[in-house]
Amino acid sequence: MAIKNEMKLEFPSRPENVGLARVTVAAFATQLDYTLADLEEIKVAVSEAVTNAIVHGYGGGPEGTVTICAYLHDDALEILVEDRGRGIDDVSRALEPGYSTDPERPGLGFVFMQSFMDRLEVDSAPGRGTRVAMYKLLSRPEQ
Amino acid sequence: MDMQIDVEIRKEAAVIRVGGELDLREADAFRRVLEGVLADGCVKHLVLNLEGLAYIDSSGLGVILGRYRALHRRGGRISLVGLRPQVRRIMELSGILRIMPEFGDEAAALATGV
Repeated sequence: MAIKNEMKLEFPSRPENVGLARVTVAAFATQLDYTLADLEEIKVAVSEAVTNAIVHGYGGGPEGTVTICAYLHDDALEILVEDRGRGIDDVSRALEPGYSTDPERPGLGFVFMQSFMDRLEVDSAPGRGTRVAMYKLLSRPEQ
Repeated sequence: MDMQIDVEIRKEAAVIRVGGELDLREADAFRRVLEGVLADGCVKHLVLNLEGLAYIDSSGLGVILGRYRALHRRGGRISLVGLRPQVRRIMELSGILRIMPEFGDEAAALATGV
């Protein structure tokens, strides 16, 4: 798949940057003909991945760095969200709906990422950080 | 966009009007407002008017679910009003619409009592 355009965004792990991240990626995604509903879904998926990086990767502290790379293909958007934080002990368990390590968090982050994106890959190891790769296909009107 | 929040206490019910965007940045402030409303134990029915809410994700939903559990334990409940399509979709997916009733307006929600 040829890359038509790409972007990179790097910011400290501060909660106020969650909104910046989702709006920036959604604005980048408008270069493909996504519907408004698609763009809203991309926003939620990015927001959840960045929230996980801040809350779980860096324990809510602002000293970490979150990196987002996004690539526009002919018919898809690929988004990578990376942190170099604590990592996830058991990725398959973390992907289960409702799994949460915090009673104030409902364990819906990965549910939304899976529901709103067409593909989700999570690469993580304790102490090494987490990389979430998400793909959103461009749905074309039926011919 | 920041979150805007307005609280109106009516005996055992409280109407909370939330506008803007509710994500990780605003979740703590939102939680503090709701906990303040529920602190004295008189309020048993929260009416969340989300007409002005343009965005919510799991951080905001977590705050609502946490307060729902606390209210439920003391016989109270949460009603929802004014959900925009995107907010409704998130609420549906999270299962919140199965446990919290949705009403057309505040008056209808308040009329149901506790």
